[in-house]
Order: sequence, then structure tokens, then C-alpha cells
Amino acid sequence: MMPEIGQLALTFAFGLSALLATFPLYGSFTGHQRALLMAKPLAIGMFLFSALAMGCLIYAFLQNDFTVINVASNSSSILPWYYQITASFGSHEGSMLLWVTMLTLWTALVACFSKSLPLLMQGRILAVLGIICVGFTAFSLFMSNPFARSLPFYPVEGRDLNPLLQDFGMIVHPPLLYLGYVGFAVSFAFAIAALLGGKFDSTWARWARPWTLAAWLFLTLGIMLGSWWAYNELGWGGWWFWDPVENASFMPWLVGTALLHSLAVTEKRGTFKSWTVLLAIAAFSLSLMGAFLVRSGVLVSVHSFASDPSRGLYLLAFLLLVVGGSLFLYALRMNAVRSQSRYQLFSREVLLWGNNVFLLTATLVVFLGTLYPLFHKELGLGSISIGEPFFNQLFYYLVIPFSLLLGLGPWVRWKQQSLPPLLKPLTLVLIGALTLALGYMSLTIGFAANLALLGLLLGAWVGWSAIVEVWQRLQQLGGVGAGISRLQLSHWGMTIAHIGFAVLVIGVAMTKTLSVEKDVRMKIGDTVQLNEYDFTLSDVYALNGPNYGGQAAELEVYSAGEKVTHLHAEKRFYALQKTVMTEAAVHARLSRDLYVALGEELPGPSWALRIYVKPFVRWIWLGGLLMALGGLIALLDPRYRRRQSSAAIPPAVQSEGQHA
Amino acid sequence: MNPRRKQRLLAVSAMLLLLGGAVAAMLYALQENVDLFYTPSQLVDGLGKDKVKPVPGQRLRIGGMVVKGSVKRDEHSLKVSFDLVDTGPTVTVTYEGILPDLFREGQGIVAQGTLIDATTIAATEVLAKHDEEYMPPEVAEAMKGIKHVAPSKTYPAAAGYQPKAASPAEPVSADVQPAQQQPAGVQP
Repeated sequence: MMPEIGQLALTFAFGLSALLATFPLYGSFTGHQRALLMAKPLAIGMFLFSALAMGCLIYAFLQNDFTVINVASNSSSILPWYYQITASFGSHEGSMLLWVTMLTLWTALVACFSKSLPLLMQGRILAVLGIICVGFTAFSLFMSNPFARSLPFYPVEGRDLNPLLQDFGMIVHPPLLYLGYVGFAVSFAFAIAALLGGKFDSTWARWARPWTLAAWLFLTLGIMLGSWWAYNELGWGGWWFWDPVENASFMPWLVGTALLHSLAVTEKRGTFKSWTVLLAIAAFSLSLMGAFLVRSGVLVSVHSFASDPSRGLYLLAFLLLVVGGSLFLYALRMNAVRSQSRYQLFSREVLLWGNNVFLLTATLVVFLGTLYPLFHKELGLGSISIGEPFFNQLFYYLVIPFSLLLGLGPWVRWKQQSLPPLLKPLTLVLIGALTLALGYMSLTIGFAANLALLGLLLGAWVGWSAIVEVWQRLQQLGGVGAGISRLQLSHWGMTIAHIGFAVLVIGVAMTKTLSVEKDVRMKIGDTVQLNEYDFTLSDVYALNGPNYGGQAAELEVYSAGEKVTHLHAEKRFYALQKTVMTEAAVHARLSRDLYVALGEELPGPSWALRIYVKPFVRWIWLGGLLMALGGLIALLDPRYRRRQSSAAIPPAVQSEGQHA
Repeated sequence: MNPRRKQRLLAVSAMLLLLGGAVAAMLYALQENVDLFYTPSQLVDGLGKDKVKPVPGQRLRIGGMVVKGSVKRDEHSLKVSFDLVDTGPTVTVTYEGILPDLFREGQGIVAQGTLIDATTIAATEVLAKHDEEYMPPEVAEAMKGIKHVAPSKTYPAAAGYQPKAASPAEPVSADVQPAQQQPAGVQP
């Protein structure tokens, strides 16, 4: 019964989205106010119905309703209840419904929080979102129905959830990631609505900015959690693989980051307009392309769903329609848009332009590396793969100038900046960064001219520059005490996000350079030394979990005779899925992780063990968290919630970068 | 030319220069990092119409089925070697390290490494998945002729070690994977 209600609810959501896609748009061109006013209730209704559909699916999973194919192939009665919930979005069909639910949630949120927007604009934005909803609800309903039944012949037990997905990270990773992906649909809708109206001003950018920030924030969290999850669950101790699907989520993130910065220019200075619109279109198109790549089966990775060519074709058609349609509209309307403001070569505008150039080059790198094998194969040149070194090498070259610019950026004024007043503080920052990086390095790991040093230098430059810049701004605002509350929240957000980037760069460089990794063969009682740590295998025994068996290894870790910790690594065997899973043992500290994964049993009896010491690996996720936190703080800036009337204040008064 | 135009010209040419440089660097790096995919018979007979054979020292990927009974382990280290086959000749892969959880005799794997001599590859990475999807279609095509025996039917040999050394005390972890199993997806 419940699955049918879910099906019906999804059908209603589809119907409402079709109305939302047409009515307000019609109203916006004919001036029918009633049609425009329909947008909000339609959007909210659409969300309620798709949430109901999602609820019905989760209910079916909790009730072990194995007559539903989706439940039978992704859940089982012995699966703990919280994984039964997450199993509802573990499959292609279920995740598509989650995607639809998120999309309608964003639409409903836009409907509720856009009172300050003119009715015409509201209607258009919601209508564009409605069009996208039509595309995805139709896809979910007709191409990948999550409620399909296998009656009258149904299994008595399900096939269980893929053990890889039975992890806390999996509970939160997909919803956050989807919120991010789909969130760019809102930026896209803002851009298209503005193109329809042909009006771009800083008010428009101020409306679009918080939504973009929110989407970016969720995408950052989602990607970061995915990386953390891979590190814990895949048993390789890797945190980024340049896997096609990771790349598919990384590209919208890169473009989204560029969009955030470009929107800042559009809001503050009323320029970069056409560029910003293009980025908004690109960010969402790349999200769609990610969906296409993963769900069509053209690329193969750990993430890919069982492929079905017709689904791929549908998504490709939808992608082409969205990209083609929006670019056509862009070509029609954009030549009328002129930027009024002027700026000199050394100004914040130009530096942010640099930021965009580097971020887009990085996107191009990822794009080429991900799609090149595809073209190569289609052209009949043979199957190839692009090695990790390609990405690593190019990102290495890109990060250096990017970080140098980033350390400079917040110091430079809009419009025009003369160099002399900046020389003194920047020299101080430079000296401070050099002292920090070189001092830390020679005191702890010893001086060496390597990637770690470069990472420390760049990180110290960016981080220290951000801190000093805020400090100096606080002084200007009347001392630290008074300044803390006077400084705009968006400025705090920016600073924290930049520090997050610095932390990330340091983490990546240190981990890459200083990690010690060893695959060893050990008998019980054997000891292996890595850096200053002695790992002793004390016991291996059989495991007995709720839906798995396997083996567990106990290790004692000593450093210079002192006990550091006790590690417990597992190799699980999931009976229903007949899958082996590695549960790595991790002892985490800010400065290093000890990581042990149990491999196979060898004659002896001895065991293959993978033992790592990974310095600073936590910094990678800490950096991501800081970036997301920065995004959140910037989002809370009261200026985004001000009513329209206050938008009359000339930008110059509000602008933050006038007094450097 | 007025100063503003001059500046624009400067900015645009700087952008073009940067982009050009970036694209050139990218293509160069791409050239360096492309690893061709071979099946064992392609490795021996050559690839494509011109029958291009890889040269020793070349980095490549190889995908095929692990020949039953060919997995040989060193007694004291993690060194291991095994043979791969698709439709014709076999090639030998050597590797030192931990084999993936899903590595089985009789199952398809992909190895990344360097060619040592005409039929030997020193692998730096071994990937195994429990469905043939992992392999490019042409490999699956080439391997269609092989009878895909469910690994569960060959259990003693598929336990992961040398057939003779396979102890009767079965390690639970070394169980097997039906070949049709589809992995559930994780994200788009």
C-alpha cells in the first residue's frame, strides 16, 4: 500500500512541477499577477509530495517490504534500522528520488525566502526551477521507478546493502552532496531568470549570492565527507583518487568557487556580469554532467551505478537541452548587458579575475583528465587510463600562483590600488610566513627543500596573510574588542575559508611528502617499525557481527618503549552480499594518523597488513570543514536578509574593501 | 588607442597567453600519463590494425582473467606472481603488496604497471571488481569466448594461495563473489 502512495505522491509532484514550469512563466510575460502568485504554493506543494514519496520509500525499507524490487536488492531484515534508512538512497532509483526531493526542497526554500524579490523575478526563478524539476521527476517516475514491485514472485529476504555503504559517512555524505549539486540549480535559475528579464544589477547578485554560498557550502561538506569516508572504508588509506566520479563532483565545486568570487565582484562593483551568468550556467551544467557520467555507465568507477543506456541517453538529452537552451538565451540577451564600472590593472577586480582564471584552468584539467579516455575510446584509438600523476602534476603548478594571489587578494582595494602602502604590511606577512614555515620545519622534521616545505610556505603565506589582514582591519574599526562585532560577517567568513584553504594545502603537502606506507607480512608476535613507532601484532581472531563474520587483528603500538595505543583492524565478510570489507584501524592526532588495515591470511599462519603513518592527514578534512564554516558564517551576514528598501544604499557605502 | 583599450588588450592577451600555456602544459602532461589498456593477447600479438606491440619499460594497464593455479607467493614476503589470460596466450604479472579483497583465481582483474619483457609485467597496482563492468567493453568482448565458471565452484583453487598450500581450515574472509553481483552506487 505505502509504495503505491509513494508512487502517487511522486506523480502529483510531477504534475505540480509541470504547472510550476508553465503558469508563472506565462504570467511573467503576459503580466498575469495571479499566475505569478501561483508559483509559491505550487513549489511548496511539489516539495511536500516528493517528501511524502521519499518517506514512503523509507517506510518500505523499514518494513522490509521485499516485494519492492528496490528494497529487495538493497536491504535485508538483518540490516540495522539506520542503514535501512540510508539504503533507501543507496541504489540508483532511490538516490534519484533523494535528488528530486532535494531539488524540490531548494525550490520550496526559494519560494519561502524570496519575499524581498519582485514578484516577476520570483515567478521566473521558480518557473525555471520547475522546468528542472519536471526533467528529474519525469526521469524518476518513468525511467527509474523506485517503487517498482516484483509481485507476484518476491524474495523472502533482501540482498542486503552493499557493505561499503554501511558506514556513518554514508548516512550523511549523499544527502549533503546532493544538496550541493542541486543547490546550483538555484544559482542557475537566478541566472536564467535574469537573462529572461535582461536586467542585471548588484541587487540581482546580492539575491543570488546567499543561495550560491549555501549550495557551495553543502558541496564542500559533501566532498570532504566523501574523502573521509573513502579513507576509512576503502582500506587504502587514500583520501582522493581522481576517480571519475570524484572528479564529477569536484568540477562543479571548482566552478562554484569561481562563481562565488565572481558574484562578489558583480555585487560590489556591478561588473563581470556576463561572466558571472556564464559561471552560474556552467556550475549547474557540470552538476548535470556529473549525474550523466555516473548514471549512464560511460565511465567506470567504484561509484558507478549499474548502467542502463536509455537512462544515460535521457540524462544526456536533458543536459544538452539545459546547456543548449541556456547558452542560446545567453547569446540572445547578453550583448545588451554592459558593465559600467572601470578598474585599474592592480585592483581587487583583477585579482579575483585571476582567481577565476586559475579555478577554471583547474576545472579544464579535471575535465580533460576525466573525459579524454572516453573520447580516446570512442575514436577507436584503444582504451586508456589517465594516471594520477597527470592531475597531481598540474594541480601542483596551479596551486602555487593561486596561493600567492590568494595571500595578496584581501589586501587589495576595489577599483585601484597603489603598491607603496601595501609594501610594509605585506613584507611583514612575508617575513612572518617564512619564519613560521621554516621554523616549524627545522624544529620538527628537519629542513629539506621538498613539497612539504612548499606546502608549508604557501599555507603560511595564505593563512598568516588572512589573519594579519583581519587584525589590521579590526584596528581600523576601533580596536580588537569593538572591531570583532563591527567587522562584517561575510568578511569573517572569507577569512576563515581562506585559512581553511591554507590548512588544506599544508595537509596535502605534508601527507604527500611525509607519509610512510608499508605492506608487510606478519605472524602473531612480529613487530614492524615505521618512523618512531613499533607495531606489534598481538592477536588475530574470528569476528562475529550481526550481518557479517571475518577476522580481527589486535595491534599494540609503542614509541620509544612507551605505549601509544591499541589498534583493532577488521576484515569483514558480509554473508548476504558475499563481499569482503576492510575496516581499517585509525589512531588520529592532529599531527599524524596511525593507520592499519588487515589484508588476507597467508600460509604460516601469517597475515598481510598494510601499515601507514600519515602526518597531517587530518588537516585535509579540517581545511574542508573550515571552508564550509567560512561559507556558513558568510551566509549569516545580515545584508542578505535585508529588505529591498535598503538596497537603495549605494554600493560604495556597504562595500567592505574600500579601506585597506 | 586610448589607455583603457590598451589595458583591455593587455588583459586579454595575458589571458590568452595563460590559457595557451596552460593548455600546452596540460596536453604535454596528458601525453606523459596516458596508459594504454591491453588484454593478454593484445600484449602478445600487438594492438589495433598495425599490431603495435608495447616496448619493455612502457607503462600500461592489463586486464584479464587470473589463470587458475597460477598464483605463486613468496614464503617470506608479500611478493606474488600470477598469470592472466583472455582468449589466447597468457602473460605473467608480478606484484609486491596486498592484493585487493576481491582478487580471486578465475576472476577478472586489472593491473597497472610496467612491461618488463614481452610477457611479464611488474604491477604497481592491482584492481579487482566483482563485475565485468570494470573492464572496457572490448575486453569483455574479447573474453566472451571464455566460459565464466562461477568462482564458488572452484573454491579450493580460488582461496587465494597456491592450490597445494590451501589449508582445509577455510579462512572466512577468502570467500568468493558471484560474478553477476552489481555494486550499488554511491553518488552521482
